[in-house]
Amino acid sequence: MSSVTAPKTPPTNHIGLSAKDYAGKKSTLCVGCGHDVITRQITQALYEMAIPPYRVAKMSGIGCSSKTTAYFAERGHGFNGVHGRMPAVTTGAVMVNPSLTAIGVSGDGDTASIGTGQFVHLLRRNVPMVYIVENNGVYGLTKGQFSATADVGSRLKTGVVNELPSIDLCAMAIELGCGYVARSFSGDMKQLLGLLKGALAHRGTALLDVISPCVTFNNHEASTKSYKWAKDHETPIQEIGFVPYFEEIVVDYDPGTTQDIELHDGSHIRLRKLREDYDATNRVQALTLCQESHAQQEFLTGLIYVEPAKKDFLELSGIGPEPLVAVADDRLRPSREALEEIMQALK
Amino acid sequence: MSTAVLEEKRAEASGRPPVINDFSIHVATANGSGSQSSNSILMRAIFQMGIPVSGKNLFPSNIQGLPTWFTIRASKEGFIARRRDIGVLICMNPETAHEDVRTVAPGAAVIYEESLQLDGLRQDVLFYPVPFQKLVLELVHDGKLRRLAVNMIYVGVAVWLLGIDMAEIEQAVAKQFKNKEKAVEINMKAIRGGFEWAEKNLTKRDPFRLERMNGTAGKIIIEGNAATAIGCMMGGVQFLSWYPITPSSSLAEALIDYSGKHRIHPETGQPTIAIVQAEDELAALGMVLGAGWAGARAMTTTSGPGISLMSEFAGLGYYAEVPAVIIDVQRVGPSTGLPTRTMQGDITSTYYLSHGDARHILLLPGSVEECYTMAMAAFDLAERFQTPVFVMTDLDLGMNNWMADPFPYPEKPIDRGKVLRTRAEFEAHVAKFKEFARYRDVDGDGIPYRTLPGFIDLPAAAFFTRGSGHSDRATYTERPEDYRNNVDRLARKLETAKQFVPKPMVSDGTGARLGVIAYGSSDFAVEEARVLLARKGLRTDYLRLRALPFTPEVAAFVAAHDRVYVVDQNRDGQMCDLLRLEVADHAPRLRSIRHYDGFPLDAETVIEGIEAGEKN
Repeated sequence: MSSVTAPKTPPTNHIGLSAKDYAGKKSTLCVGCGHDVITRQITQALYEMAIPPYRVAKMSGIGCSSKTTAYFAERGHGFNGVHGRMPAVTTGAVMVNPSLTAIGVSGDGDTASIGTGQFVHLLRRNVPMVYIVENNGVYGLTKGQFSATADVGSRLKTGVVNELPSIDLCAMAIELGCGYVARSFSGDMKQLLGLLKGALAHRGTALLDVISPCVTFNNHEASTKSYKWAKDHETPIQEIGFVPYFEEIVVDYDPGTTQDIELHDGSHIRLRKLREDYDATNRVQALTLCQESHAQQEFLTGLIYVEPAKKDFLELSGIGPEPLVAVADDRLRPSREALEEIMQALK
Repeated sequence: MSTAVLEEKRAEASGRPPVINDFSIHVATANGSGSQSSNSILMRAIFQMGIPVSGKNLFPSNIQGLPTWFTIRASKEGFIARRRDIGVLICMNPETAHEDVRTVAPGAAVIYEESLQLDGLRQDVLFYPVPFQKLVLELVHDGKLRRLAVNMIYVGVAVWLLGIDMAEIEQAVAKQFKNKEKAVEINMKAIRGGFEWAEKNLTKRDPFRLERMNGTAGKIIIEGNAATAIGCMMGGVQFLSWYPITPSSSLAEALIDYSGKHRIHPETGQPTIAIVQAEDELAALGMVLGAGWAGARAMTTTSGPGISLMSEFAGLGYYAEVPAVIIDVQRVGPSTGLPTRTMQGDITSTYYLSHGDARHILLLPGSVEECYTMAMAAFDLAERFQTPVFVMTDLDLGMNNWMADPFPYPEKPIDRGKVLRTRAEFEAHVAKFKEFARYRDVDGDGIPYRTLPGFIDLPAAAFFTRGSGHSDRATYTERPEDYRNNVDRLARKLETAKQFVPKPMVSDGTGARLGVIAYGSSDFAVEEARVLLARKGLRTDYLRLRALPFTPEVAAFVAAHDRVYVVDQNRDGQMCDLLRLEVADHAPRLRSIRHYDGFPLDAETVIEGIEAGEKN
């Protein structure tokens, strides 16, 4: 007797695609690099959020982190630009085609040093995109120099100690009006996935500052960006739950201990409070949290600040929902009469 | 000088035959004193009298207080370059008055504020003292308006002195103040007051006259920056990112104004252009590349300092093959000093702008008409060749007033180049060429095909954009042959571009052994110099460059002439240098004429350069 088994079909998402439809090229980073863990979570978040991969625009600058956009969603276009200038390229792309889901991956050198100016102005404008900083406190590709996010007192393998204050990208983002600010750790995959899905559901700039240890140059004893340090010190401020817009919402939470926030696309992010009375929609509390965590040398992770109704740059610029790149050529050239009118006024 | 000689000089000055419609009026004021309207009204009235005219603002980098000059040239022959000698001086700025009087041509007429007591400075010019400060107190009762209205009084005096038609002044005033009744009334009162005072108190002794003629019928007056802006709008620009910088800001602002009216989608009411004021020029070009990569016609506008900052992105655009239009309204040098003065200073730096090997397409408009046509052409070329294209104007062309024929409506449709927008187009491409390879030269012209993010839902349609290290399938590579193949193809692409860029304008066949090569705003002075040289018996042929890379006509022109004078508005003869490389065999025939004091080129400089060269 023979039995026929049906071929195994892989699970699919809301638009009928399987996880492999979101795959990218093989990573060329060091074995054990935190960035690869983040890449896997980005891939998973895109899949679970059922974002059409051909509409994903993968944006980056220069550095180890910036290489990773080649490692997910190969069916989407990528733009690996110049060092620290990913925000500008992304701004141009989404202004003319808002139907793109722009995911920018940057590092602490790319964002907190050479690209600080562009980062600041991207946040001011609230350009719709997910902006991930893979933060390890050192320059990897140039072999281990300190970056501007290295903590005071942190020591390089060579013995050099950092004496300069670190730049807190989350505090900077809140200060500049960013409407979705999160900090996470590449070793905390569940939290990272939830925060990424929330970021994809948010309108405007969503910043994720993810501590992602550099196994080659900054994973030693005296580092404050090592796996061990991060694991020992990570203190989540919430447990992240997420209900995408296409799934039914179960009204089953205690408003006393859980904050439920509806995001722009109709998805809900649910924050079960682990820190008493912390309100992620309160900007003053968010900034205080950043300051306190510095003073007490805590590594707090979670959704630090969220403002779901904030207007994005397209709305502020009066750009309509129809992508400019879809406007027909004959609409781009004013009429003969319009030119005649202009000429008449110059006579 | 003896008294007799002085008497003779005076007689000579007053007894000269009338000079009709062929002199320049120089108005010296302090910056921010509101003289711009008065000067525009004077110029426009002369234009309306049918006299060919041009207006140049020689201004300082300052908002208020520093000296500024406005030169109006009337020329019955239609010469609109700067004229070196000044016929009529209107001296309103006490700070520069002495120096201004010293620089005018012998026999000039000088209108000045009486209290400055300038009449003792020179014996060979004709002085017309006017009590402007006293008159303005009588004519304008509102104290706040007096500072501005005093400038209208000199308009009135000039109307009397030169014989300008008051009806044309009235029309010009109405146009200037957009028929705002109160403003028209106050300003006309000041103008008439100045005229009546002059009529009663002055006696005309100079030869300068303006007489109605028919040299401007149907013409427009426009600044080059506005012309470029109209060209960009008509060329279908969809994205502008810019950072304020003199002398290019007025281009962006003109585009914002015009497109706010003429680039609104009739059905949706939405603008068909997005505009971002960037945080700096690096970001401006970065945004343009992002928009160009996404499939929009995208541009920025800047000047030399911005070009320097854009260098890295310009190189990326060249290697990653992303269309972009960059307008460079050139000015003098870095940082402070002469940012409000003109120069053709960025030719070599922009042609090679990048690290690594790069040569860009540069368009060189020589008139406001070409600012318009070349702005449109730049978008077609940028998309056809998938590369940054630079339009090189300058402050003289961009910020000064030029007379021109009305711009014609473009007859050629927009050219979007080799872009696969739809699934059907993509599938047809794959059927024809077996696969889509982003950087493969399937047509033999060096130009590959591109797809756009978010357009075609097929895995093979996506590609990864990066800088120099990519294979023809857009994958990462560091293989020597991949790199070489790619940059060789980029060189081939530039060869193809020679068939598409605007060809030079050549006036030859006269049998002249002498040639002149010039470009951009130098054209006006060069054309005038050629006419004047021909009157002296020296004939020249002329080639006006309109683009880089050079097309074959250039080498042929040099080869056909014994000596070729190359006119540059920079110290080092930048275009002459590039030409020496281009026509290496004939390089000794090239002679460089260089003008670089920050003021627009004049015909005399060209004539002196050629005459000096011919003596040697």
